[in-house]
Parts: sequence; C-alpha cells; structure tokens
Amino acid sequence: MITLNGRAVDDANGLSLAELLARENYVISIIAVACNQEVVPRAKYNCTQLADGDVIDVVRMVAGG
Amino acid sequence: MSSNDSLILGGRAFSSRFILGSGKYSVDLIRSAIECAGAQIITLAVRRANTNTTENILTHIPEGITLLPNTSGARNAEEAVRIARLARELGCGDFVKIEVIRDTKYLLPDNAETVKATEILAREGFIVMPYMYPDLNTARDLANAGAAAIMPLGAPIGSNKGLCTRDFIQILIDEIDLPIIVDAGIGRPSQACEAMEMGVAAIMANTAIATARDIPAMASAFKKAIEAGRIAYLSGLGRVLDKGADASSPLTGFLSN
Repeated sequence: MITLNGRAVDDANGLSLAELLARENYVISIIAVACNQEVVPRAKYNCTQLADGDVIDVVRMVAGG
Repeated sequence: MSSNDSLILGGRAFSSRFILGSGKYSVDLIRSAIECAGAQIITLAVRRANTNTTENILTHIPEGITLLPNTSGARNAEEAVRIARLARELGCGDFVKIEVIRDTKYLLPDNAETVKATEILAREGFIVMPYMYPDLNTARDLANAGAAAIMPLGAPIGSNKGLCTRDFIQILIDEIDLPIIVDAGIGRPSQACEAMEMGVAAIMANTAIATARDIPAMASAFKKAIEAGRIAYLSGLGRVLDKGADASSPLTGFLSN
C-alpha cells in the first residue's frame, strides 16, 4: 500500500511514479511530486518505482498571500 | 525621486514596491489587479493537487512578473523547506516567502523555525524572504542566515488592522541592513503610505485588496499610496513642533500696520 495525498492506494506497488500519475489523471505539466518527503524531478517520474509504504505528495500552485 | 530608486531583492531590481497577494479573489481578476497595482511580484501558495485538475494559476499571471511562492501550511522549518523545494520544481524560480505558522488562532509566525528554514534555503540558492514577528534579535539572525529581505507583520494575517507593530518595525528599519517589507495586516492605502513614510522598502498586501468592493481600483489606490509614501520618505518629512505654532506666512508687512 502507498499513500497518495493522504489517501491509501492498495494496488500501486511496482508501478512507476509516471504510471501512477497517469492512472490518477494528473496533469503533469502543472504538478510537482514528493516521494517520502523528497522532491522527485519530473525527468525521474519514469524511473521512480513505487514500493510498499511510500508516501507520495502531489502539489500545484494556487492563489495565496 | 531618483529614476533609479529600485527595490533590490536577490540581486534583481524592481521599480514597484508593492508585492501583491493572489489569494481570496477570483483568478480572473488577478491580471487586472496586477496591472492596476503596477506590481512586479505576486505571491502564490502550494497545495495538494486534485486528480483531473487542469486549472493552472500561472496562466493568469502576465509574462515577466516574478513569482513569490509562500510556504503557508508549514508548521516547522522542515515542512517549509519541503514546500519551497516543491515550488521551485513547479517552475516558480528561486524566490520564496517563508511562512512557518503553528498558531492557528492568530496565525503568528514561529520566528525560531523561520530562521532555521531561512538558513537551509539560502544555502540552496533560494532568495529567501521570511515573514516574521518584528523582533530585532530574530531579524539579525535572519540576516545572518542569508535572508534577502525581512518581512515583519503589521498586524495578524488578514486582519486589515494596520500598523499595530509600528514601533518595532521602525527598530528593524533603523537597525537591519536589508529591505524591510511589511507583510500582513495592512488594511488601507493610508496605512501602506504611513509604513513607506517610515522607510520600509515595500508593502505586501492581499486581504486589503481581496476584500475591497472594487479589487482593481483598490489595487490602484495602494499603488499610489505606496508611491506617495516612498517619495515622502525620500524627501525627508517636515519637522513636528512639540508646542506652539510657526507661521507659514511672513509676520511683517501686515495691512493694519
């Protein structure tokens, strides 16, 4: 099981980060990703393999002060 | 006023001294607010993305505007550092406004954690602009940690109460050799003007604009007030008499003589 933005995802073990993001319909051009609190550069989404216990945060820019 | 009176942040020169927030109003108004404010720097935040979201706030921001992502939501230095790195990965550049807040009632910044985050991010090449409670010792620590500016609060975030911390901000202006930018609390153009007259380098405002009835018009009012305050500061304010009066017209040659 991995955790994606605080949500448990059961069937992601073995997927690449790119595959997970595509499956979840994220728009890659507007997001950034941290895996276990480390930023993953966009160029490494394909070669980042997800493992049990991984915590993935997907963020984007929003309005703020 | 000299034509080269620029605000220097991280080696970059800005002619505008109004940093505009983008929160709490329609993204459709961001472009006109920026234009009416004459702002060259706009703040943004980083939040979790929902799946299928295609909305990209960056498309509402004109070319050439410097993005200043904040680390709102961070409760300690570690979280602030992580948010800053994510913002850079999102293409926001190297500017970052550090916000570390663990007090959810008054939204007061944690100065000690802010210093820690500033030190780490400055070392990584960020242009760090820390939001802080106006305290001279902390401001010195932030300067030593590599901050590009110091951003003391005027009043609690979003309160529109103005310069409640006026005297302490004055101490920072007098003692810290970095741009002092009032961030949070400024609610009216007259308060922005007063801060500029004191010698602060710039004003950051969001709620005052966002909660106005006419957002672009209020952005324009702030622009003029900030410019007026800057010119007044550079002109040197006239003196104040403790007592009595001092006639402005000649005291001789009266018609009744």
